[in-house]
Amino acid sequence: MTKLLEMKNLNVRFKGKRTVHAINDVSLSMDQGETLALLGESGSGKSVTLKTLLGLLPPKRSQIDGSIHVNGVDIMSLRGRALQRYRGGEVSMVFQEPALALDPVYTIGHQIAESVMRHKGVDKANAMSTALDMLDRVRIPSANRRLHNYPHELSGGMRQRVMIALALACRPRLLLADEPTTALDATVQIQILLLLRELQKEFGMGVIFVTHDIGVAVEISERVAVMYAGQIIEEGTTHEIIRDARHPYTQGLLAANLHDVARGERLSAIPGAPPALEARPDSCPFAPRCPVAMPECRADLPPMLAPGDRRRVACLRAAQPIAAE
Amino acid sequence: MAMADSTTLPTPEKVEKSKGYWSGVGHRLVRDPLTMFCLAVVAALILSAAFAPYLGLADPYKGSMIARLKPIGAPGYPLGTDEQGRDMLARLIYGGRLTLFIGLMPVVIAFFAGSVLGITAGYVGGLTNTIIMRTIDVFFAFPSVLLAIAISGALGAGITNSLVSLTIVFIPPITRVAEAVTSGVRKLDYIDAARATGANAWTVIRVHVIGNVLSPIFVYATSLTSVCMILAAGLSFLGIGVRPPEPEWGLMLNTLRSVIYVNPWLSALPGVMIFVTSLCLNLLSDGLRSAMNVRD
Repeated sequence: MTKLLEMKNLNVRFKGKRTVHAINDVSLSMDQGETLALLGESGSGKSVTLKTLLGLLPPKRSQIDGSIHVNGVDIMSLRGRALQRYRGGEVSMVFQEPALALDPVYTIGHQIAESVMRHKGVDKANAMSTALDMLDRVRIPSANRRLHNYPHELSGGMRQRVMIALALACRPRLLLADEPTTALDATVQIQILLLLRELQKEFGMGVIFVTHDIGVAVEISERVAVMYAGQIIEEGTTHEIIRDARHPYTQGLLAANLHDVARGERLSAIPGAPPALEARPDSCPFAPRCPVAMPECRADLPPMLAPGDRRRVACLRAAQPIAAE
Repeated sequence: MAMADSTTLPTPEKVEKSKGYWSGVGHRLVRDPLTMFCLAVVAALILSAAFAPYLGLADPYKGSMIARLKPIGAPGYPLGTDEQGRDMLARLIYGGRLTLFIGLMPVVIAFFAGSVLGITAGYVGGLTNTIIMRTIDVFFAFPSVLLAIAISGALGAGITNSLVSLTIVFIPPITRVAEAVTSGVRKLDYIDAARATGANAWTVIRVHVIGNVLSPIFVYATSLTSVCMILAAGLSFLGIGVRPPEPEWGLMLNTLRSVIYVNPWLSALPGVMIFVTSLCLNLLSDGLRSAMNVRD
């Protein structure tokens, strides 16, 4: 079976008044129907990775190198019609802010139907009944009435359900979810996560779930890839990442939670801020903030170690305990 | 799990017909008495002007030396006569034809031209934007009245030339509004979202950009109609617009100016028409703005 996603040595640079090295040598692969969480803080390149996957970056200002294959198709070479069929048909996306990602002047039914008509070539009436079916599938009550509502007439959670219905209407093989629960409150968050998980099983599609919330990542995904400064620094199954985080950054992320903290005690955090990406990192980008950094860390990029099957970590320290024994 | 009971799919029901955008706008308009009143006044003015020949009015061009400057309410002349003895009622209604035409046409043309320019500049951006917007900025160096007078003066008096000069005056402000709204919309997520569902550039512009920018541009343009009417009347008043003996409110205001001490009420009549029309157009545009806004 062909891999759902095969990303090799992806580099994205934004040119302009100053150059930003947003993505540096990212490789990623996914099997069919797999759920992967891309975990990282703001500016670590999560959203850029997703936008690159859909070819949404402004072509004039961005320079993209490397190769991306989705279901064996090289998407970097897609142009015109083929690209439009790929976007929304093969891969689609759920945006962070449902309030901004739905067009305010059209009813939600119209917006879902528009996408269905484009991809399936059916008439308006058929597309509308598909839209109705999708609203039912994302558990929107009295969908028939909601179909003719404008986005501002719906609540935040409801809008995100609509956004999911819109993204799934054409049965994509891969769903990109860009922090879909960040703009929602906690009780709605968990409903949306459960819904996404159910729909993922129902449709058997792959999901890349971008988040900065490690709890959300654990809830939804089978595998986790941690991004820092435009690189993937650690990848493994969710279990491996939780039980056996090797990279000091991942360990720091896991330690920075609210559990087991006594009242009045300071919460543990990773000191410092991520580096500005104006130059391509030539040493470990985490070294300045790393509690266990060694001189070697500042000399060269750390090698990618592979302690297990589809398990990798970019840290010199990760190899050490084994070497010490 | 909370949602487990609702996981069974209901059988697909038949899709109800949607009410549509314009019927919603109509509903909100009907519930706004002031806007409806203004709409009625404007409609009455336009209809009476359009059907003036069938209203059984006196000939607006035929003067009479013995019936000059009859006061308002004189027998046979409900609104009196002007300085050449021509029936004022007929001249005011016939005058509406030219005044409304010159007042509305430039805005209509400028609405299309300005929208095309502004949306292009706003969506394409970069060098195209710079070229269009800096050219437009040149026109902002002159006050609109002065610009209209200068262009009309250069082209010479006449209806066509007034139309041309007023159109040129109104393209820049409409372009600027269109550009501002479009470049705001272009950055929003739903444009990216539309592209992410496979819409091509043309669909994105036609459906998502124009759908969102057209109503603010339209409302802005309606607010310009009253300004345009006053400018057109001003051009005629200055003698570089419509030429006598054509009935036109601005021109009538000018010719009746000389008799303001003889019969002040009479000379105020064309001004009242201009005032009422522009006020109603302004209030109408306010009402439209709130009725066309589906967001709140």
